[in-house]
Amino acid sequence: LSHGAGGRAMSQLIAEIFHAALDNEWLRQGNDQSIFDAPKGRMAMTTDAFVVSPLFFPGGDIGSLAVHGAINDVAMSGARPLYLSASFIIEEGFALADLARIAESMGAASRAAGVPVITGDTKVVERGKADGVFISTAAVGVAPEGLELSGDRARPGDLVLLSGSIGDHGVAIMSKRENLEFECEILSDSAPLHGLVAEMVAAAASSLRLMRDPTRGGLAATLNEIAQQSGVGFRIDETAIPVKPEVAAACELLGLDPLNVANEGKLVAVVAPEAAQALLDAMRAHPLGRDAAIIGATVADDRRFVQMRSSFGGSRIVDWLAGEQLPRIC
Amino acid sequence: MARAGTRQARPDSAARLRLRVRGAVQGVGFRPFAQRIAARYGLTGFVQNDANGVLLEIEGAQCGAFLAALEAEAPPLANIESVDVEQIDARGDCAFSILQSAGGKTKTRIVADAATCPDCLEELFDASSRFHLYPFLTCTHCGPRFTIASSLPYDRARTSMANFPLCPRCEADYHDPHSRRFHAEAIACPACGPRLDADVSTIVEALRQGAVVALKGIGGYHLMCDARNEGAVASLRQRKARDAKPFAVMAANLASIDRIAAPTPAERALLAHRATPIVLMRSTDALAPSVAPGLGRIGVMLPYAPLHHLLFHAAAGYPSSNDWRGAAQGFVLVATSANRGGEPLVVDDHDARRRLSGIADLIVGHDRAIVARVDDSVMRIVDGAPAFLRRARGFVPDPVDLKTEGPCVVAVGGHLKSTVTVARGREAFISPHIGDLDDAESIRFFEESLRRLLSLLDVEPDVAACDLHPDFFSTRFAEETNLPLQRVQHHAAHVGAIAAEHGVDGPLLGVALDGYGMGDDGGAWGGELILLDGARWTRLGHLAPLPLPGGDRAAREPWRMGVAALAATGRLHRARNLFPDAPLAGQLAERLRRDAEPTTTSMGRLFDAAAALAGVCREQRYEGQAAMELEALVRTPRHMAESFQLSGGVLDFSPLLAFLADERPGPREAAEYFHGALIEGCAAWIEQEARARGLARIALGGGCMMNMILAEGLSDALRARGLSPMLARAAPCNDGGLSLGQAAIARAAFETGGVRKENAACV
Ligand SMILES: [Fe+3]
Ligand SMILES: [Mg+2]
Ligand SMILES: [Zn+2]
Ligand SMILES: [Zn+2]
Repeated sequence: LSHGAGGRAMSQLIAEIFHAALDNEWLRQGNDQSIFDAPKGRMAMTTDAFVVSPLFFPGGDIGSLAVHGAINDVAMSGARPLYLSASFIIEEGFALADLARIAESMGAASRAAGVPVITGDTKVVERGKADGVFISTAAVGVAPEGLELSGDRARPGDLVLLSGSIGDHGVAIMSKRENLEFECEILSDSAPLHGLVAEMVAAAASSLRLMRDPTRGGLAATLNEIAQQSGVGFRIDETAIPVKPEVAAACELLGLDPLNVANEGKLVAVVAPEAAQALLDAMRAHPLGRDAAIIGATVADDRRFVQMRSSFGGSRIVDWLAGEQLPRIC
Repeated sequence: MARAGTRQARPDSAARLRLRVRGAVQGVGFRPFAQRIAARYGLTGFVQNDANGVLLEIEGAQCGAFLAALEAEAPPLANIESVDVEQIDARGDCAFSILQSAGGKTKTRIVADAATCPDCLEELFDASSRFHLYPFLTCTHCGPRFTIASSLPYDRARTSMANFPLCPRCEADYHDPHSRRFHAEAIACPACGPRLDADVSTIVEALRQGAVVALKGIGGYHLMCDARNEGAVASLRQRKARDAKPFAVMAANLASIDRIAAPTPAERALLAHRATPIVLMRSTDALAPSVAPGLGRIGVMLPYAPLHHLLFHAAAGYPSSNDWRGAAQGFVLVATSANRGGEPLVVDDHDARRRLSGIADLIVGHDRAIVARVDDSVMRIVDGAPAFLRRARGFVPDPVDLKTEGPCVVAVGGHLKSTVTVARGREAFISPHIGDLDDAESIRFFEESLRRLLSLLDVEPDVAACDLHPDFFSTRFAEETNLPLQRVQHHAAHVGAIAAEHGVDGPLLGVALDGYGMGDDGGAWGGELILLDGARWTRLGHLAPLPLPGGDRAAREPWRMGVAALAATGRLHRARNLFPDAPLAGQLAERLRRDAEPTTTSMGRLFDAAAALAGVCREQRYEGQAAMELEALVRTPRHMAESFQLSGGVLDFSPLLAFLADERPGPREAAEYFHGALIEGCAAWIEQEARARGLARIALGGGCMMNMILAEGLSDALRARGLSPMLARAAPCNDGGLSLGQAAIARAAFETGGVRKENAACV
């Protein structure tokens, strides 16, 4: 890792922390870049910035989140992620012990996922110019031959698969932030999804239209994005969407709609209807897809509305919020 | 009826006058009326409809008498806004004729739908009339207008009657200036007109058997059932997924209403208004208990379409004499908008079969299409005069007079009880009640309403106006118009609506006692003292903030506001005790002990807190239930010393909340102390600011002003302090009036050059 501002000694110390935690053959070479063999075929690349408060939360921290986030963005194209890069903006005065914890967690996440961090950078900025630490990661991967997943490929009549319960990550963050205590602790769902994706690709690659991970803005934002991109509407079924009871209870207490709450280890797939069952079976066979469900379908709708049938039979628009969930009832 | 400004040179007895009549003067029998009075005064000349209204030329000795009669005797549905008089050269024609309409860009308008008139009623039950028992009879004095018109000018070819070629007798009436049906565009008879899908006897039989009947009416389908049959009413509730909200009823006549309610003279007069709104009045609880549970008040309306009269006629056993029409009838119908769980009213026959088949046992349509969907209007008498809770059938599209000319504005309203307003010239046209913009049907209805208003008015807006809330569908819609956009704070708009209808354009002190609106600071406002001056609003004061635990959930579950009140008064340790049936009460108290953010200054939430502490309502099954139930308990508001504190502009009812939590008075006592404190506290709060600024007129707006005890008590208290309270009369005080207020404020802003196209120059 190279280093920017800050005392020379401190910079070296920081670099050592990351080298130790992320250690691999590329980093050991100590260059400002890494060379790797380009596989045959098409490559996928993504970059993502991570800003989260608190930095440590039940089920993860900003380090593991930054690894999972980049891996998942590549995986949603159906590609197999190969390598990561990471850069860090660190606020002066940030505890080295915490930095080491983050680095360790990144290393562990990257090893568990089998996707090494092969290049990186750190910058230390003055106190007040950052909130503890910000991380930016990029990932590259290789896309299977002939697989074209894209947000504009949903067609009326397709079915919508969701890999598991929603709201876990956002609620874990908020419970930590608000110091809430529940009978059983709510953990972030932060996880790398490329394994699950590989199973799905193996099961029915040609029937996959697109995949997305419903992160910020939750399932609501993701479905609305797809609706816009593909020019279709969605009809989803409230009763079909898995929500853990403890997450539902926390949402009730906090007055949140789980549809708008972030996830970090879930995916939404829009698929051709004939392969939906096979894909569902493949997902359920994978540990990260045990609670997968068919939650609705795409419909022809020039207004691109995402509509949800509620448990009592009514239907409402699932909205795409500008920011936090605000009241509406006058 | 007429707000006429006659501008004229003194009529010279020998000359010819050209009269330009503006207002709602087409399709209301104005031309034959003009011809009749011309004949009476021996005048010659002509009358003609054109794009601006009606053009007349009259010549003869008694032109002055003609002018006087024109205004004094105008037909019932006419609304003459102005008559311009010009003297021209005499021509000496030999008769008075009715000329063909001239074309041109329209400045005229369609009038509102009106209840069946007395003359038509006579014919309906006259065995010798060709309209005998015909459900679609109308004349120029009554019947559907706005609901069947697809565009202007208003003539048959542009209405849903276009598909019904006139039979020779109707044709003759249509062209006979002496007929009440001269140019009655909706004219029809059994030989040529629309038909009902079922016999009246079948419908009434089904109702008698306890069935739920979906019946196509004027502005949409109604769901009807026998209001005396508890089983029928309960099953309607259950099928409509509406478990507690009161239903309106329809009764044959005033005598019948006296058996189920106790209307005051003013309420009786309002019932008989030609718009036939639903009127809220004191119930005598003579109907099935689930019609209007627990409120002591009931919404009642009279029959307004011929079909309704036929139902009551059938229920009375088809009497051949007319005596039954004035006599009390036991048969009373629940008549509620046909829809499911908050979706818009069903208007289309195909849609009716699809959407209502699970609700109604019998669906009865007819082949006259409803072009514009319009719900029943809902009104009540407050502080001695009528006011709207919902403004729709019979009033739309009559404009609100803004007293001054201005740019063309399109205002999109808020999120709940949505309406849109288009201002043109000195008039504001408010759409019918649309409903809550949270389902696709309502959003389509919103767009359709706006399109329809713009096309009927034939205008291109200069400016758009919306709420500050970023996530209202209406806000996004306004942003996408690409017009210069005026964002108007919710409570400024509530005050602005009252300023607009009362023609106030200087500084005005207003109070918005409301549920929620996004504040200038992004906060949850709702009990605000506002200084409105043209396009500028300033928050002078507000209620003391209470925690708002769980956003909209707090609005649905008053027990949460009960716990919030405990937090605000340092009594959180009593949460579990006071709310034993709320499993989350303890946890919520823990949370509020650590962090009492976010907060709200809402009066609506204060009502919820009081209702929860008083044990009246802990979970609401419909919006406003807690406040309505609390109000229903009050006989006389009670005053208690030191129930509030006033410091700066902040009005704090903590002492009252502490009293309710500690003393646990009975529900009625609690409700009476609460209302008494609100009236006293708000009056003192308003008076302080009014004196400081030398302002006497006070706008009282916001959804909480639907509470009669508060609206009337506060009005009286302000008058006792020498101030002049103004209530919302032309539009609802709730969010149904927001679009009017937004339009008025955007007009003022546009005039002062304050509205620009928005750009995003910063993150
Ligand atoms: Fe409001
Ligand atoms: Mg990303
Ligand atoms: Zn009539
Ligand atoms: Zn006919």
